[in-house]
Amino acid sequence: MARGRVAAAVVAVGSVAGAAALWFRRAGKSKERVEVYYADGSMVTFAPDSEEAARLFPIGRRILSQARS
Amino acid sequence: MEAAQALADLVEISSQIESAVLADGEGTVLASTFGDEEKASAVAKEAIGLLKDATGPGGEPSQVQIAFLEGSVFVVRDDEGIVAAVTGREPTSGLVFYDLKTCLRLAGEQPERKKAAAGTKRRTTKKKDEPEADDGEG
Repeated sequence: MARGRVAAAVVAVGSVAGAAALWFRRAGKSKERVEVYYADGSMVTFAPDSEEAARLFPIGRRILSQARS
Repeated sequence: MEAAQALADLVEISSQIESAVLADGEGTVLASTFGDEEKASAVAKEAIGLLKDATGPGGEPSQVQIAFLEGSVFVVRDDEGIVAAVTGREPTSGLVFYDLKTCLRLAGEQPERKKAAAGTKRRTTKKKDEPEADDGEG
């Protein structure tokens, strides 16, 4: 009986921890983005999974790593 | 010298900016906070490449921010050059852009105009007007 309760508690804690980890990971990823502003005042935001971000992220990462090295 | 002063002012004013480089449109470094000239040149060239790669239907962008979890990269350009900066996580983008644009403007200003601007700023920070100096008239 006691063993069953312990197992249930472990499963519950594990589920909550897993959900929290997933939520934090998704929330963190959504903060990564590219914002491009044009001279006419327009602005475009590219999400991390967009084609433009895939092209621009590596350049940004190189700048960041070179600046901090 | 003007570019170096503008960049020094930028880093002093904006606590969010970790490092920055000021360059002309070709990527020639005018001033940087990096001690290493080679590193400054590499960052400037990457920043120019970033602007070119970000060119879209609206033409070449005037400013770009790439936000990562570990920090952000900002690049701003005007007719005379570019300034690229690196900040920590979640910077106040509007303020950083404003400071970078001010830096570019000051770097491009003639010394006389800069002195005039400095004089104007000094007057606005006074709490009350000082009496006018007597020029010996009358």
